[in-house]
Amino acid sequence: MTSVLTPELSAHWDDADSFTLAGYRRVGGYQALPKALAMQPDQVIGVLKDSALRGRGGAGFPTGVKWGFIPQGDGKPHYLVVNADESEPGACKDMPTLLANPHALVEGIAIAGYAFRASHAFIYVRGEVLHVVRRLQHAVQEAIEAGYLGSKILGTDFSLEVIVHAGAGAYICGEETALLDSLEGYRGQPRLKPPFPAIAGLYACPTVVNNVESIATVPYIINHGAAEFASYGTEKSKGFGLFSLSGHVTRPGQYEAPLGTTLRELLELAGGIRAGHQLKFWTPGGSSTPLFTDQHLDVPLDYESVQAAGSMLGTRSIQLFDDTTCVVRVVLRWIEFYQHESCGKCTPCREGSYWVVQLLDQLEQGTGNESDLDKLLDICDNITGRAFCALGDSIQPSVSSSIKFFRDEYLRHLRHGGCPFNPAASTLFSMDAAR
Amino acid sequence: MALSEEARARLAEDAAQIIGRYPRSRSALLPLLHLVQSEEGYVSQDGIEFCAEQLGLAEAEVTAVTSFYTMYKRQPVGEYHVGVCTNSLCAVMGGDAIFADLKDHLDIGNDETTADGKVSLEHLECNAACDYAPVVMVNWEFFDNMTPSSARELVDGLRSGADVSPTRGAPRLCSWRQASRILAGFPDGQATGGHTAGEATLAGLVAAREHGWTPGGPGHD
Ligand SMILES: Cc1cc2nc3c(=O)[nH]c(=O)nc-3n(C[C@H](O)[C@H](O)[C@H](O)COP(=O)(O)O)c2cc1C
Ligand code: SF4
Ligand code: FES
Repeated sequence: MTSVLTPELSAHWDDADSFTLAGYRRVGGYQALPKALAMQPDQVIGVLKDSALRGRGGAGFPTGVKWGFIPQGDGKPHYLVVNADESEPGACKDMPTLLANPHALVEGIAIAGYAFRASHAFIYVRGEVLHVVRRLQHAVQEAIEAGYLGSKILGTDFSLEVIVHAGAGAYICGEETALLDSLEGYRGQPRLKPPFPAIAGLYACPTVVNNVESIATVPYIINHGAAEFASYGTEKSKGFGLFSLSGHVTRPGQYEAPLGTTLRELLELAGGIRAGHQLKFWTPGGSSTPLFTDQHLDVPLDYESVQAAGSMLGTRSIQLFDDTTCVVRVVLRWIEFYQHESCGKCTPCREGSYWVVQLLDQLEQGTGNESDLDKLLDICDNITGRAFCALGDSIQPSVSSSIKFFRDEYLRHLRHGGCPFNPAASTLFSMDAAR
Repeated sequence: MALSEEARARLAEDAAQIIGRYPRSRSALLPLLHLVQSEEGYVSQDGIEFCAEQLGLAEAEVTAVTSFYTMYKRQPVGEYHVGVCTNSLCAVMGGDAIFADLKDHLDIGNDETTADGKVSLEHLECNAACDYAPVVMVNWEFFDNMTPSSARELVDGLRSGADVSPTRGAPRLCSWRQASRILAGFPDGQATGGHTAGEATLAGLVAAREHGWTPGGPGHD
């Protein structure tokens, strides 16, 4: 029987010292770096291209191609920025990765920096995760002392400074150009693209922005070869990745599997939906992706299949909600999040998010009317594609898909004069026992 | 509050170290704001003036940045800043109930501090720990799988000075100010202690082992 799960990045997360240099080296860590340093930098980029690794931060852009965009011999410094801002509702894979094995990222940083000839790498980590910040600071220090980072790495001419930079609580700073503004010491607001970061990124110099998991996968690819990595997954979505299951599931958590695995397979390993309940709706890739229902259990979770089924793979942040959950409540809370996190730069998102929240709020209270549903869809249509960045485009998916699948549930709020659900039935603890 | 001459001199040395890490000085602004917050517990007008002076910026420029980021507080918070995730998933799994219960129990509202100055309360957005929902953070350490009663016990412990350790984090909870100092880039030596992976983090690994799917194992051709 073939493996449903493929614990590669997560293989040693239960070792007591998995986060230390010694623990990482014991299981083969830092063998990829000398291999990469023995190749020509362009060869390393070639290996990444051959592996077909697609960025794990949501958009799925091929990592090797992105590295290849960095102009060489331009006389400018090049920068690598690791996006460890993980703040999309539902996303919870990078923080456990960094807590358990920050050295996989650090080794990947050294290899990436060598490949496209970076002088500095920044790890932009969200600030609200103190122990993760400690582990990163510690891993970078250990790697410098061991000669894996800093000047003349492993006796070669390649030098790389690595800076751990803690953010300060702003979801928009996960958007790559807002992140760059934030890293330059400004309010984190997105920049107009083009120019793309590869041409004018940090300090207007060529910059690669990559997700934690993308870079942490690089040592595996160098060690095992592009072909082996590409033997996992589907034709256009190669390799394995972390699937994060949360919510009304018996065993929530991180499940590392090839792209193209289905929720049915993952749920079986996770013990199914919590006892006595049925799956009602779920997100394949966090709050910015259209909802799926129990009709979608067999959709292969790869970029193409999820899109063909009407949603997006995103960050494989699978939030599961059972039959006790009010979909209006869930969607309203997500849109309140986007309203709160809207950076205010463009009108459709700044104003539109407020309108959508108001309408959803009235519908939840049962004080709106049926035509509000069309108004909602209309406003969403006017935000999507007119917003300056993808945060604005994240408002529509959950609203439209929830109306598509659960229109009657919205109307029940109107007939009922409020929410017909009992929130106490949804909690993971019994409200009586909690008193 | 005012920054004393002694504090300014001490912070200026730290600031020089921070600025020295970056190719361009202005990149040091976020860590500098964490630094002044570690001194006073919040970003005061003096703190803003200090950052502006270190980087050669106008105070208005620093204020504009400060107000953009929710982690910078413009008024003092408690020694223990308690955040309850009330984004959709945690809210539904019990975060809303926990938040309501804590407001009631502590007799304070959102963004308020208890009279003894020990505990402040805030509702948070998703803290990248949904697989441990419902999630509570104290000084940005994880308290996973909370219930109203475990959250009440937690804040009672914080107020009475009991030893409190996060469910996933450092062995000892540090103060709000110490936490800010770590974020400014000055480690507290607790990196090697504490937790590495909770149950949810290992759920897939455990399931894979049960099925004999080890790295490089079957299905790996
Ligand atoms: C609002 C918003 C938030 C984002 N947050 C993150 C994040 O926290 N981490 C991340 O890696 N990418 C995030 N992204 C995607 C990044 O802009 C970018 O595509 C990604 O970091 C590229 O890395 P990759 O190619 O390795 O996937 C976000 C995008 C948007 C629009
Ligand atoms: S879409 Fe929203 S977050 Fe993006 S630039 Fe416009 S206002 Fe800012
Ligand atoms: S929703 Fe609470 S941690 Fe993600």
